[in-house]
Order: sequence, then C-alpha cells, then structure tokens
Amino acid sequence: MRILLVEDDPTVRSFIVKGLRETGHVVEEADNGKDGLFLAVSENFDIIILDRMLPGGIDGLRILETLRAQNNTTPVLLLSALADVDERVAGLKAGGDDYMTKPFAFSELLARVEALARRGSAEQAPQTRLAVADLEMDLLSRTVKRGNEKIDLQPREFRLLEFLMRHAGQVVTRTMLLERVWDYHFDPQTNVIDVHVSRLRQKVDKPFETPLIHTIRNAGYILRAE
Amino acid sequence: MPDIAGRYPRLWIWLQRAWRFRSAGLGFSLAYGFVFAISAALFLSLLWWHTVGSLEHQVEQAVEADAHNLREHWAESGLPGLILAIQDRLDLDVEDQALYLLVSSNGEILAGNMPAWPTQVSRFDQFYPEEIIRAGTTATAEVHAYSLPGGDRLLVGRDIRGRELLARLLTDTFLWSWAMVTALAVGGGLVVRGIFRRILSSIAHTTSAIARGDMRERMPIVGNEVDLVAHSVNDMLDRVARLMDGVKQVSNAIAHDLRTPITRARARLEDATLTERNPERLRQAMERAVMDLDHVTAVFEALLRIAQIEAGARRAAFEVCDLTIPLHDVAELYEASAEERHVRLVIDLPPRLMFYGDARLIQQGVANLLDNALKFAPQHSVVHIKAASSGGQVRISVADEGPGMSEADLARASERFFRADAARNTPGAGLGLSLVQAIAQLHNGTLVLETRRPGLRATLTLAAALPTPTMTEESHLPNMPVT
Repeated sequence: MRILLVEDDPTVRSFIVKGLRETGHVVEEADNGKDGLFLAVSENFDIIILDRMLPGGIDGLRILETLRAQNNTTPVLLLSALADVDERVAGLKAGGDDYMTKPFAFSELLARVEALARRGSAEQAPQTRLAVADLEMDLLSRTVKRGNEKIDLQPREFRLLEFLMRHAGQVVTRTMLLERVWDYHFDPQTNVIDVHVSRLRQKVDKPFETPLIHTIRNAGYILRAE
Repeated sequence: MPDIAGRYPRLWIWLQRAWRFRSAGLGFSLAYGFVFAISAALFLSLLWWHTVGSLEHQVEQAVEADAHNLREHWAESGLPGLILAIQDRLDLDVEDQALYLLVSSNGEILAGNMPAWPTQVSRFDQFYPEEIIRAGTTATAEVHAYSLPGGDRLLVGRDIRGRELLARLLTDTFLWSWAMVTALAVGGGLVVRGIFRRILSSIAHTTSAIARGDMRERMPIVGNEVDLVAHSVNDMLDRVARLMDGVKQVSNAIAHDLRTPITRARARLEDATLTERNPERLRQAMERAVMDLDHVTAVFEALLRIAQIEAGARRAAFEVCDLTIPLHDVAELYEASAEERHVRLVIDLPPRLMFYGDARLIQQGVANLLDNALKFAPQHSVVHIKAASSGGQVRISVADEGPGMSEADLARASERFFRADAARNTPGAGLGLSLVQAIAQLHNGTLVLETRRPGLRATLTLAAALPTPTMTEESHLPNMPVT
C-alpha cells in the first residue's frame, strides 16, 4: 500500500516509517503541514496518517478539511496527543476515518491502517454473505454455519464474529473490538474482551479440527484460515 | 472635542483617566442627577406656565365681563347711563386698576381715566398690551376696544402691574427651587455613587484578598441585593477552592504514584543496558519496560479524565436518555468475565430509567464498579447490579460477596491512588473509584460504599431531574496542555 505519513516528531515518524516499510508498505513522509498538504493533494495514496498538531501554520485538521472539500476520499487516520472525547469527535467530524491517541503501540497503528485500507476497497458494495474457509455467515438471516453445522450465537457474539470476518486476515486489536463491536471509548481495566473472544472460540473453533481465531501476542486477534 | 485635547493635553489625559476609573459610579450618579434636574425643570416650568396663563386669562375674563356689563348699561339707559356707570366704577375702584375710555364718533372724550385713545388700538376683537403712566410711574395694562352703535367707542382695560409682580415672584421662586433640587440631585448622585463604590469595593476587597492567595476569604452576606452577587461569588470561590484542592491532590498523587512505574521502567532499562549481554533477555527487559510505560500512560489518561470530569466540561454532552439499554450493555460486557470466574451476575433493571446526564459516563462508572466487584468476588458467589428510580433520583448499585473493606479503608476508598492493603496484589492503579466519584459529582449525585456481610455494595445516587437552564451552561476549565 502507498501510505502518506504527516508527522513532525522525527522519532515517532521514523518509528512509524520503519514499521510500515517492514510490513511491506510504501511510505511517503512529510514533517510539516504545508508539505503534507501538497503531497496529499498532488499524489494518490491508499491511506493518509495525519498528526493533528503540525508546525508550519497548517495543522492536521486543516489538511483533512481541504482534502474533503476537494472530494478526496482517501481514508485518513488521525494521530494526536489530544485525547479528549471532544477532540476525537472534532477529528471524525472533519472527515477523519479513525482517530488514535499518542502514545500508541505500533501493532495498534498497523491494525487500524490495514482495517482502514480494507474498508476503502471492500466496504463499497454491501455484502450479504461472509465466508472464511468453511465458516459462513449470512448477514440477512443472521445465521452462522461451519461446514454443515449450524452455530448458535448471541447477538453480541454475532457482531464480534462479523467484525472478525470482515477483517479476515488482518490483526484486530482489543481497542478496535471495544470501539467497533461495543461502541465503548474507554479502557476497561480487565480483560473483558479476551473473555468474549474465548467464548466465541468455544463455539466457532473448539468443536472443529482447525482453529480460525488466533491470538497475536502483544497485539490482538486475527481470523484466518491457516 | 479635539481642541480641548490639543489645548490642554494634561487636562484631557486626566479626564480620560478619571472617566475610565470612575465611569460606573460617576456615570450612575450623573445619570441620576440629570434625570432628577430635568424632571424638576419640566415640572416647575409646567407649573409656571399654567399659573401665569391662568392669571392672564382671569384679567381678560374680568375685562370682558366688565365690558359686557357696561354695554348693558348703554342699552338700558343710553350714553348718559353709560357715562354714569363708568364714573361709578372709577369712584369705587380703590386699587386704581381699572381703565376706561369712552370716545364719541368725532373723537371727543366722554368719560374715563385715560388721557387719549391709544394709537395702536384699531381693532375690536383682540387685547392689546398698553404702556400707561399712572401716578408718575409706567405700568403695563391689557386693554380691549368695543364699538358701540352710533359710532361711539369704548375702551376697557386693567392695570396688570400686580400680575407681573406675581409672575416675577413666581419665576424667582421656581428658579430657586430648581437650583435647590439640582443641588439635591447632585448630592443624591454623590451619595448613590458612594453606595455604589462601597458595594464594589467590598467585592474588590474579597477578590484581591483571594488574588493575594487567601482562599478562605468570602464576601460578607449583609442582607440586601448585594447578596445576590455575594452568594454567586462565594459559590464560585468554593468551586475554585475545590478545584484547586483537586489539582493539589492530583499533583501530589502524580508525584508519588507515577514515579514508581517510571522508576521501575528506568531501572529495568538501565540495568539491561549496563549488564545484560544476552540479546533475548535484553529484548525481554525492554518489553517489560514498554509495559511499564503503557501502565504509566493508562494512569495518566485516567487522571486526565478524572480531572476533566471534575472540571464539569462534560456537561455539554448531557441529554435526557433511558439508562436501561446502556446498563444492560455494560452488564453484558462483564457477563462473560463473570461466567469465566464462576460468578453469577444478576441484573435487576426496571423497564425504563429516564435520566438526564451523560449515559456514556454512567456506563463507564458502572463498568468500573463491576470491574471491582468481579475482581474481589469469590467463586460461586453472586454479583448484583440493580437500578431503580424513585423520588426524582436514580439509584444504581453493584453489590458483591467478596471480602469487603474495613471502615477505615471505606472512608478513603475514592481517594486517588488509594488501594487497600488487601488489594495490593490485584491489577489496577487505584483510580477506578475516584473516576466513579467524579462522575457522580458531575451529575450532582453521590457514591456511597457500604459493607454488607459478606461483601461490599457501591451505590450511585444521581439526580434524575430535568435540567434547569443554567445547568448546561457550566463554565469549564481550559483543557490541560498535552503534547
């Protein structure tokens, strides 16, 4: 993927650039708002990672607003030290697709970047059916089958599995699950998400030979056929 | 007024300065005096105009009546009768105010006390002011001419010297009264300004005492309208004092409790760089240090969030909502954890729970309470989450059957970073209940912890009342700088 990173702090910037390049992405970087805006409007990117507070008079929100005003729909991930709920809302209102607060773990950033890129391409057409290996989900009748066996899921488990299947092959973090499946924006202190995932595993993986839901250490979960 | 500024620059500067510093008091008293003086002037002018007007009217009426009477004499007994009547009147006129003149058609004076027909009097339908000389002095008179059938002309008038004297006297009196009223107005204005300044200086005294750092100073309550200001200033000060205490408490807490994990991370990294030669163990040490730093971040974020909630900024997000669904959601989030620990989570919620506030914050608060309860609940015990509304209040309680807390610990439980000795080994930073407490306070509610045997019950009591208009316009602190 071609990714634009606009971030003024050199340490954070080289950390992200290095990580993204190692995972096989092409990264263009800018260390101020002016250059960032120039690159964003003049070239095509699959995703833009934007720091909110930037030197040079043009901050992240301005870049974002300018892009959206030009009908540029490139997914934008906002990166900011402003952690307020209001700041998050302001960022999403300006047209941001996701919002992450500093400090962050690289695995979280990578998971979100890949999820955003996927959303840009896959979520265009409404789907009625999801399938990974022999696991099938019918979004209309809200039924789940694995092989020929029907799996009964609680509504929340269904949403959790749906999210994992929509992001099949990608790492999803606990925070992402909490935000997207439960719509919570606070951090529960204990491992509630892990417990829900393990309950889902009991139903989706345990009775079968090959597991589909895998734990990625220090990051989150991934649903994929081995 | 550019030439004043040009000619007397110093005076101009003084005027400007004086005006700026005393504008409120001076303006108030000037306005007071001005209105007073203007209304007095209007009142007195009206009185003067009315009195003088009615005096004039009276003279004219007397002249008309007299003339009417004389013409009746003429009609009854002809010219000789009229002459006789005029003579009679002149004889009876002790005050010497009446003026009469009867002239025949060829200009011959037939009767009267005027030397000649005044030249200006030519018409018979209006009054003329006439200068006359009586007993050696000049006086003013009002005269009116009447024509008699046969060409004779009659002039009737009154000397109005007395009336003029009265009018002058009246004018003088009124001018003096006006001057006195104006003087009173100025005096009153000064008194008003004094009162004004006294009120303001009592506010200024208190606020400057506080500016010097004495947070205990309060405005005196004296029992008049000033109390409105005094009360709100005092409320404001109470709130500022509370916030300042909060800040002090937080900075102390940060100093104590953030240093520990930072020190740990630092020690780990330094130790690893200095002594560790094995790359795998070096990596492990660094990973542990990252985890320590993540913990620091989590604590830091929790602290900021508590501070933000305590500052009241979140009140902008208040709305009327039904709490049942959010509470069900959060209970459902923890149900799996409870099951995993073999704890039964019993949910007891009414079908509807209307409430005014921030449902997300309540969710977070209840999540913290559930988190605590599950942390301490022994296996095969029951955790109750219960909500009910009664008497304009919403009560949400979470009860467990764990070890509970001692009385001494209960009192300190919602302090930041407080952790009971029994809880030292469980994960957490001791901020959960502080956050719940802050959320309760934001909603004008309380958090009460009580021991039940066995276990602990945490009850959130929140006002379910609908907003008063001022509640939503709570001022908030500027966000803390975070970079």
